[in-house]
Amino acid sequence: MKSGAGVPVKSFVSTRNACKLCSPLGACFAFRGIEGCIPLIHGSQGCATYIRRYGISHFREPIDIASSNFTEAAAIFGGKDNLFTALDNVSRAYRPAAIGITSTCLSETIGEDVSMYLKQYETRRGQGLCDNAGHCPAIFYASTPSYRGTHVEGFHEAIYAAVRALISDGPAADQRRVKVPPRINLISGLLSAEDLRELHAILKSFAAPYTLLPDYSESLDGPSWAGYQKLPAGGTKADDIRSMKDAAGTLYLGFSSSPERDAGQWLASRFGVPLTHMDFPLGIENCDVFFESLSRLCEKPVPEFWTKQRGRLIDAYIDGHKYCNGKKAIIYGEEDFVVAIASFLDEIGVVPVAAATGAQSNSFAHRIRKALKNTRQQTLIMDKADFAGILEAVKGGGLEADFVMGHSKGLYLARNLGLPLLRCGFPVHDRIGGQRILHLGYKGTLNLFDLVCNTLMQARQEKFSSGYTYI
Amino acid sequence: MADITERPSVENFKEEVLRSYPPKIAKKRAKQIIINKVENQEEVPVIQANTRTIPGIITMRGCAYAGCKGVVLGPTRDILQITHGPVGCGFYSWLTRRNQTKPESLSDTNFMTYAMSTDLQEDEIIFGGEKKLRAAIDEAVALFHPRAIGIFATCPVGLIGDDVHAVARAMEEKYPDINIFGFSCEGYKGVSQSAGHHVANNKVFTDVVGLSDKAREGRFRVNILGEYNIGGDAFEIERIVADCGITLHSTFSGNSTYEEFSSAHTADLNVVMCHRSINYLAGMMETRYGIPWFKVNFVGAGATSKSLLKIANYFEDPALIKKTEEVIAREMEEVAKVRDDVKSRCQGKTAMLYVGGSRAHHYQDLLKEIGMTILSAGYEFAHRDDYEGRKIMSSIVVDADSRNIEELTVEPDPERYKPRVTPEERARREAEGFAFSDYRGMMPEMDNQTLVIDDCNHYELEELIDRYHPDLVCAGIKEKYVVQKHGIPMKQLHSYDYMGPFAGYRGAINFYREIDRLLNSNVFKFARAPWDENPQIHASYGFNG
Repeated sequence: MKSGAGVPVKSFVSTRNACKLCSPLGACFAFRGIEGCIPLIHGSQGCATYIRRYGISHFREPIDIASSNFTEAAAIFGGKDNLFTALDNVSRAYRPAAIGITSTCLSETIGEDVSMYLKQYETRRGQGLCDNAGHCPAIFYASTPSYRGTHVEGFHEAIYAAVRALISDGPAADQRRVKVPPRINLISGLLSAEDLRELHAILKSFAAPYTLLPDYSESLDGPSWAGYQKLPAGGTKADDIRSMKDAAGTLYLGFSSSPERDAGQWLASRFGVPLTHMDFPLGIENCDVFFESLSRLCEKPVPEFWTKQRGRLIDAYIDGHKYCNGKKAIIYGEEDFVVAIASFLDEIGVVPVAAATGAQSNSFAHRIRKALKNTRQQTLIMDKADFAGILEAVKGGGLEADFVMGHSKGLYLARNLGLPLLRCGFPVHDRIGGQRILHLGYKGTLNLFDLVCNTLMQARQEKFSSGYTYI
Repeated sequence: MADITERPSVENFKEEVLRSYPPKIAKKRAKQIIINKVENQEEVPVIQANTRTIPGIITMRGCAYAGCKGVVLGPTRDILQITHGPVGCGFYSWLTRRNQTKPESLSDTNFMTYAMSTDLQEDEIIFGGEKKLRAAIDEAVALFHPRAIGIFATCPVGLIGDDVHAVARAMEEKYPDINIFGFSCEGYKGVSQSAGHHVANNKVFTDVVGLSDKAREGRFRVNILGEYNIGGDAFEIERIVADCGITLHSTFSGNSTYEEFSSAHTADLNVVMCHRSINYLAGMMETRYGIPWFKVNFVGAGATSKSLLKIANYFEDPALIKKTEEVIAREMEEVAKVRDDVKSRCQGKTAMLYVGGSRAHHYQDLLKEIGMTILSAGYEFAHRDDYEGRKIMSSIVVDADSRNIEELTVEPDPERYKPRVTPEERARREAEGFAFSDYRGMMPEMDNQTLVIDDCNHYELEELIDRYHPDLVCAGIKEKYVVQKHGIPMKQLHSYDYMGPFAGYRGAINFYREIDRLLNSNVFKFARAPWDENPQIHASYGFNG
């Protein structure tokens, strides 16, 4: 844990009220964002159950995740047979376009060589020796031991796995031809289904072909059904993933993927697709960078629709700044998200007195400082943080704040400090519509701005003894 | 409303579902999908249960850790719980089951909102995590100095050679005034969360129960076992038993404390709510301390009354029986009003339940009270005795998966064994029809030709919905949204998702109203837009392609 505000932060060996989830969870969500892909967790069935349970409480949608159902014998003798049986059964029962396998702490601890197993499986399958009723889905494998990284790393690892599996060959970089009109790759971070829909709207407005990966805007937030769906519709199409190698460029939201396991990096080095990592388009400045990059890649001006929306956001900032300027916030969550929120709050004059992430990160403090361009106050910056640690640091440092902003697990932090909790990010399971919170784009920024202002106005109004309706 | 005979034949259902499986799976599932038939009031067909789930078949089941930490120990507030493992398990079991607790004062210890984990990293997986666990215990002691600390092992722990029990012993030597104990509840143990229940029962029995002889004041002192206070169920039960004049010594483990656990052997009687998760403890306490037990059910107004009367009758005290009858009459007045009103709208509607190790049984009572018909039910992780009744226990074949969960050998305690009912007395009462150590199971109480399905999976649930169009499905959150997508109301019966209590009398009223609201909701009428002439294409399952 680091501190940037002269606040003494006591270091603990244990994690008390974690501010992060495990990596197979992130991988499963990314896999559900690929059309017809069903996640399969190689480990004990509890992992699939817990992760389904957790994802479902946020998205309020069915999330089917298969498991290789390790028993004690499999933990001792290896889980190859279980994995093969699971692959057969999932192929036959769901006829998926793809199966996205994730490992677990269990299978990684016993040293399962899943890649080798899969080679054997695919060979056998090619020879017609599998009990899969002739269904041969693509197979992705993301190594996601839960003792390494967080759910965010798992998310990006799954993206890398899918891209690597689907784009196995093709012309090398020097033979590559950029199509006309230019094709855009947009790789997203772990965001809401509504965010992905907004990204679609933005991409579509540029009238260029694109690949948005992953895309659970429909598969994890679909309409009610007229008939049963084996796997909910939606998701990035395999063909669109294959086309990523022909793109004019890749925009990659966030910086949480490791350079050697980064789908964009791989497309860049293998096929020469230029890669730009950028912060989440949240807040005017981040959005401007995003829209400008899109415009450059598509060789088209930013459609007027967005310019107007941007103007509306500026207008709102002017209307509302008096309610939020000089206010103080405590923010936490996954690194990319917190960095983007910090940048947004800084824009509207809110000082994040504490910014924390559960991930262990060498870049977090630097990124937060960079995002805080306007504040003259110091911010307590903590990586590898947990909620107990955040509370102790905030209280111990005598930091005062007006609101707390982040996911549902910050409830006790907010309660303990007697502050309103403004829910956003993942997971949001104690309010309706976590999957529909819009964070991205000018519109998403506007949404968050309204939330921040209204939360502050409500807090103020509730303290009035004389009950004014205008505040 | 369709009569049961007009519904699609259950024989056809079974045959067709099995036909869609490959032969090996079909053979296994054939023993787990049973068409109920009750003969001589007790005899039911054999069902296969507590066997491994087939990999790749999406199950509703969880793991041993979930059963141990999440279910049995999770609801107790002052045993500091440390999850030893990577971060996920501790996070996922952090208050997700909606167990409530009521500390006596604001300053009272309550660790339930606190999730402590060793958050094992790669280095510890390679070099061992015991050092980190010891450090976590040191930190827990420095922060809280709790009376007791429980350590819960997750999957990698045993595999990397960490011995949670050795660490617990060593740390107990360091902190002699703190009871520190470990649970070997690695997720791959057993075939479901049921293994974790057993692990939890064993440790609580050997390391906690019997440590304090501080008995409660009161003439009729009872422990309630297997009630986890989801949505405040235990609070409602506490209210009712107190009104009857029964002293509740402890609940395992809803709204409970360590002190209540450790002195639980001083009570006069154990009653068991969730047979599956806690019958081991009831049995062991009987053998060691001489406390008899029997099954009760506080879910359903009728079942609550029956259970209260059975407790009162056990004590054979006329005043207690009279008082209990008065409480029942008083409570039933309001219950009957709501029940009859709701019944007028729910009569004849159909329901299916796939949940738990008891709930699929208990909640049938509530649904029947408002006139609903149960088409099918099944447990997620129960054993044969929960289906067929304890009378068949001797015929249960112990397989390798069950064998690796320790079965403790228990002897009577040389000092504390005190049979509350002498063998002669017991024989007399049994002759009079009073059942001890009983559980009739779910199947004898279900209609003939209903489908009893163990470890029902997603495919089968879909088939059931498709063929029988039930008016209500009761299962867990994992099934909730797939059911609702079909436009069928779904009641989540693991953690209820929201509201409660559903136990006792007020709980029954809550439940009737909840089902009324679900079944008679307007929203499903709007499912199709008036201009929508091309509803989405129907997809179908195909296990054999």
